[in-house]
Order: sequence, then C-alpha cells, then structure tokens
Amino acid sequence: MSNIITVKKGFDIKIIGEATNKILIPRVESYAIKPTDFIGVIPKMMVKEGDKVKAGSPIFYAKHNEKILFTSSVSGVVKSIIRGEKRVIEEVVITPDSVQEYEDFGKESLATMNRDEVVEKLLKSGLWALIRKRPYSVIPNPESSPKCIIVSGFDSSPLAADYNILLKGKAAEIQLGVDVLKKLTNGKVHVNLSCDKTTCDELLKLQGVEINKFKGQHPVGNVSIQIAKLDPINKGDSVWYIDAQDLTIIGKLFATGRVEKDRMIALVGNEVINPQYYKLKLGACLEHLFEGNVNKENHLRYISGSVLTGKTISPMGYLGAYDNLVSVITEGDYYDFLGWVLPGFKKFSLYRTFLSGFLQLLPKQNRKPVNIDTNLHGGKRAFVMTGEFEKVLPLDIYPMQLIKACIIGDIDLMEELGIYEVDAEDFALCEVVDVSKTDIQQIIREGLELMRKELGE
Amino acid sequence: MKWVRNLLDNIKPNFEKGGKFPWLHSTFDAFETFAFVPKTTTKSGAHFRDALDMKRTMTIVIIALLPALLIGTYNIGYQHFLSLGETTGIFDDIWRNLWYGIVKILPILVISYGVGLGIEFAFAQWRGHEVNEGYLVSGMLIPLIMPPDVPLWQLTLAVIFAVIIGKEVFGGTGMNFMNPALLARAFLFFAFPSSMSGDKVWIAEKADAFSGATPLSEMMTGGTMPSTSILEMIIGFMPGSIGETSVIAIALGAILLLITGIGNWKIMLSVFLGGAAMGLTFNYFGSNPYTQLPFYYHFVMGGFMFGAVFMATDPVTAAQTNRGKWIYGFLIGVMAVLIRVVNPAYPEGMMLSILLLNVFAPLIDYFVVDANIIMRTKRWKLKGGTNV
Repeated sequence: MSNIITVKKGFDIKIIGEATNKILIPRVESYAIKPTDFIGVIPKMMVKEGDKVKAGSPIFYAKHNEKILFTSSVSGVVKSIIRGEKRVIEEVVITPDSVQEYEDFGKESLATMNRDEVVEKLLKSGLWALIRKRPYSVIPNPESSPKCIIVSGFDSSPLAADYNILLKGKAAEIQLGVDVLKKLTNGKVHVNLSCDKTTCDELLKLQGVEINKFKGQHPVGNVSIQIAKLDPINKGDSVWYIDAQDLTIIGKLFATGRVEKDRMIALVGNEVINPQYYKLKLGACLEHLFEGNVNKENHLRYISGSVLTGKTISPMGYLGAYDNLVSVITEGDYYDFLGWVLPGFKKFSLYRTFLSGFLQLLPKQNRKPVNIDTNLHGGKRAFVMTGEFEKVLPLDIYPMQLIKACIIGDIDLMEELGIYEVDAEDFALCEVVDVSKTDIQQIIREGLELMRKELGE
Repeated sequence: MKWVRNLLDNIKPNFEKGGKFPWLHSTFDAFETFAFVPKTTTKSGAHFRDALDMKRTMTIVIIALLPALLIGTYNIGYQHFLSLGETTGIFDDIWRNLWYGIVKILPILVISYGVGLGIEFAFAQWRGHEVNEGYLVSGMLIPLIMPPDVPLWQLTLAVIFAVIIGKEVFGGTGMNFMNPALLARAFLFFAFPSSMSGDKVWIAEKADAFSGATPLSEMMTGGTMPSTSILEMIIGFMPGSIGETSVIAIALGAILLLITGIGNWKIMLSVFLGGAAMGLTFNYFGSNPYTQLPFYYHFVMGGFMFGAVFMATDPVTAAQTNRGKWIYGFLIGVMAVLIRVVNPAYPEGMMLSILLLNVFAPLIDYFVVDANIIMRTKRWKLKGGTNV
C-alpha cells in the first residue's frame, strides 16, 4: 500500500548529458575522506601519515562528540593529511592495498539486538555518519531519537542518477537496512519514491515501512519538501534521513560484519563524452573517470554532486561523502557581446524575455535538454523582482522574507518564517531564477549555521 | 566584436584602483557591461544561472513604453496645431506633428536621463557599487507622465528630488519604497501646481481661445459627460500627460510585459477590479453626474491605465507577497476612483493612490506574512510546544 502525494510547484530543468545505462568499474588509485563534507564536524585525527588502516578503521572523530567516528572505505596506508587555510583539515588521503582487509564488527543477528547495541555498532563502524538530521542537515546525536526517519529513494535534480540502476540486486541489503532504522525510532520509517521514476522491486516491495510516492517536478526529491508533506517539522522536532544507496551499506554491515562502502555514481553533464554509471567506493579519486571522457577543448567545471547543489572539485578530486552524481559542465568565463539584449535562441532561461524561454513552457516530457555553463549572466544587484521564488519552492514558506531574515541574522524571525523546515538545497532553483544573481544557498546555509550555533541542536 | 573587447581591455586599467581615473570606475563598468555581459562565473551554490539579468529586465519595460512614447510625441504636435486651428484631421500633417512633438519631448528626455543618470553614477561610484539599471525605466517614465509644457528647470528639480530623496537615501534601486517617477510628478504637483493642473498645461503652447480641458477636468468642473468620446479616449489623441492618453499604446506595452512575465498580471488585473468595484459602488449609491459615470470610463480617462500597467507593477514598491499583490492592486483601483470622484482638489487620483499604496505595501505584506507565522506557531502548539 502506498500514498500518492502531488507537489504542484517546482521545475525540472532538462540538461544535455544524461547518463546511459552502461556501468563501468574504473581504476582508482587513491581515496580521501573530506571532513568538510560533514556540516558542523571539527575533525580530531586518530591516525598519522604512514599509518596502516583497514576498511572500517577509524580515521578521525568529531570534536563535539567523540563517539561519532569516521572510518576508512578501504584498507591501505594514510598517504597525506592535507590542510587548507587556518590549518583546517581538508582531505585525508589513503592509498589502497591491492588485497583488501576488513575490520570485523561481528555478525550478531539484528533481531536479538536492542537499540543501544545497534547504535553502538553504527557508531563504531563509522556508518552513523551516513545518517543526517533536519533541521540543519547534520549528523544526529546518538543519544537523541527522531520523530520519524526518511529513506530518500529518488533524486529529482537535473541529470540525477536513476535509483533503479543504483539499487539493482540489492533488495536484501536495503530490507536489512530498513530493519536497522526501525530500531532507531519509535516513529515511522518512510520510504519516499517517485511516482513515475521508481520501477524497481528493490524499493517497491520493501516490508514493514511506510511507502510514499511523490509526483511532481524538482525539488520534489528533496527531503524538506517530502517532510513538509508527510509530517512538518516544528520547533524542537528532529527528523532523520538517509539515502537509499547508503542504506545498503548499513544492511551489508549487519549481514557480513564488514564495512563495504560501495557507491555507484553517474557521471553526467554536457562536457562528458560518454555519460554513464561507475561502481566506486566512498571517497574515490575521480581522476580516471574524467580521463579521456571529458571535452578538454573547453574550460571545464568539475562538480561532485548535482549542477544545482554540488561542490566544485579539481580534475583530480574525490567523490563527496553524500554524492551519487558527478557533473562536468562548461566553465562560462567568456564575455558575451550585447548578450543581455539579443533575442537568445540558445540561452537557458525560464523567463520569456528570451525566445528559448518559451520552450520551457512545454510540459516536462516534451522539453528539450539544454546546454548550460557557469556564467553568472549579469551583475549582482539588490532584489528587485518579486514572486519568482514562490513559483519554484513548493513549501508554505515566504522565501524572500526568509532570505532577508537570514541576511540580517534575526534568529527569532528566521524561526518564525520556518527556517527549521528548509535546507540550502531547497533554494537552489530560487538561486537559478534570481535576476539579481544573489548566492541564496549560501545565505540560507549561513542562516542555518547561525541558528545552530545560537540554539545548539 | 573582438576589437571592442580589446579596446575595453586596453583602457580598463586606467579606471581601476591605482589607474588614472579610479573615480570613473562605476561609469566605466556600466559601459563595459553594457557592451559585454561580464565573464563572471558562479562561485557558490547553483553552478549555472538563468540568462536573464537586470539589464534585460529593465530593457523589456523600456520597450514596452515605446508605443506610448511614440503616440505621445505625435499627440503633442497634433494637439498643438489643433489648438491653433491649423489642423483638424488626426493624420493631416503627420511629419509636422511628429517633428513638433520631437522638438518638445527631446529636452524633457535629455533632462530626465541626464540629470537622473548623473546622480545614479555619482552615487554608485561613491558607494563602490555597480550602476543600477533601475533608473533606465524611471528616466523614461518621468517624461511620459509630465504635461508637454512642463518648465525644464522645474523638471530638473523634480528629477533631483525623486532620485535622491525617493531612492538614493534608502540605498538605491531595490531599497526605495515609493515609485521614483511618481514622486517626481508628485513633487511638481505640490510645489508648482500651476504647471501641473488646470486646462492650460495639457497642450503645448496652446492658443488661448482653445479649451484644453482633459476629460477628467471636464467631469470635475462641469459635471457633465466628457466631450471626448470613449473611442477617442481609447485611441488617445486628446489633451493629457505625454504618455497617458492612448489606451491602445499602453495596452501594447501591457501585452509585452505580460507575455514576458516582467509585469505582474495579478497587480494589473486587481487594479482594474478595484477601479470597477469602486465605480460600480458609486453608480449604485451616488447622485451627482460624476458618480453616475459608467465605471469603464475611469479606465480610459487620465492616467489610470498608465498607472495600472507601468507604475503599480513596479516590483520594488509594490507588495511582494502574492496575496499581498491582490490586495495592493485592488486598493489602488479603489482609491484612484474614490479620489477622482470625491475629492474636488485633485482631478487625477491615480498618482496619489499608487503613492499611498506604496506606503502601505509593507504593511499589507506584514499581515500576509504574519498569517504564515501564526499558522506555524499554531501547528507547533498543537503538537504540545510551549513558549520557554
């Protein structure tokens, strides 16, 4: 039995470079954990350069809670600890062994374990970090308990990976993972799927959970929008969430006692020659994925994550901790002669001041994929246009007012306007359509961080 | 266009810090970005952005104003020669009418843009900002809502007042709470009433014997139906402010604004709904001839149409929430008709009505947003939340 929930607002932007069904296993010569992927975590190192680690060995713990461990995806040698400005640890790089060794976390049957034992096992294996919590999108406090847990079973962002492919043949692991989650909360475990995209039995036939099917356009796949429809977050609430693919890692731990951080990703974007899927492990170096498979004639932007929310990485960069998508698009560092005045047949715009904007009025299945680049297309201005954000934000929230509250740092006002219900990613489309070229996601992120620091979790 | 780019790249260092003319940086930047959309790329957040920017947004509004400008220019000439008794037919002497109109309107445009943009550039440089495009629209709106015979020194004062007091003191485009163009008109209206009202000013260099009364002032003083037919008012060859007379020209602009989505349809529609509602109310309860005027006459007389399409929809000074926009627009329509019919001192209610609602727009938004806050607090209390 499943509920069908329709989300009316939002917009699917179709971009050139969607992945084909082909799956490859690339050569990976190094792995890295990036502490900056984990919001609010200050790393305390547990290894030195040259130390030998196994898959599942702890690398660092969080300064605010030493029980929250972060573990290695592979066995090998700690090659380097790379620090950035103010000596912030940016990457811990590990060179993998040719034969993998695993830490053993025991194969005790889940049925006989109580909540504390389950939590303990997740913490020790470092898989606790796969779970995140709203508000703030941080790793939850193991002592707390959420009102419900969301399993995110699809992605609606542009060029998103197809979960039917990501999860193929992993039914047993997901089911076991879901059973683990049920130990963590007294509330419901929701598995959120897409009405038109999800077709795989791995998700559709899950037992003992609430299955919800969502219909609509991006950001319908964002957990904020799903939570708002299922059980809105009030002040003091916490909702945990986890990606369906990460759930298979947890499932595997409880089945085998090993940490095997397998992560299938899609390499996509208009500058990728063969957009396709790759089987990797968390933190893999992406160098060999790009090699010979990107259009080197143009300046390129490499992104771990989606083109809406991902982080810029170098061509030798590493996969982000929560990403199942790597995008490569054109860098837009060119001057555009009278670009603001020409009719614009080929430019991407949702506004009908460009002729191409009219094509975006078509229903989503008839829209043609467009080319994009990273040009800002104009200078930064004060907010002038109004009413545009509301069209792409399917939440009962006044986006302009909330953004302004974040800018002035008024935490009471932010709370009143619903900051707990949102994450920066929900404002990605607002940022795209903003004529004033404001960095809205950053403003929201800073607002959330201010709240978290002032109020604690 | 490579040579333009090369030229700009060559002279650019002169305008940067340490160059010869650092005090012209904002000015240089304005012209550079006018020629080329800059090569700035996204640094954080969404890696790609919509191609629409502020320059193009404002350009669309200016294009939408062109029909009104063109008809207005022609009408200046036509009304002038008509009052002298030299022409009778609308298209009798097209080029003479047009030439006279151009000679009249050109100085007004030059002053409006020259003075206004001068102040904008100076403020941008002073603040170290890029020049905002907002005044490109205001600079066109101001001439269109002036009588053709407006004294140029008065116009200069009005523009200075509107740009500095109406906009820059609050931080420039996007921060102002009153429409700068209307503020310029209101300034003249109260400071120099003789140049802005009566029957003399609406035709350029009018012959004394000719009645230059607009339909609004006829209604006001005579209390009879206006001598101009409704069809003539729609076409727009009648005395009035330069750009406000032709309903057809304004409708063309409105169509462009609505198709591109730059003008807000909710506000436009609700202004007309408000005007109709107030007009019908007067029809029902009123006793004098003005109250008995069919409501649609209000739409075609005076500046109602121009205000609804180009002034009320200014996104900066309008209500910002969708629900607020309906209320805001509706009240503009109501107040405009109310002021016209009831207040004997002001024949035209549109200007004051929009300025009044500009002031109240934040209050309207406050209540709309407050409803959302109350909803959220209630939901929280329902779940057992308590204030600490």
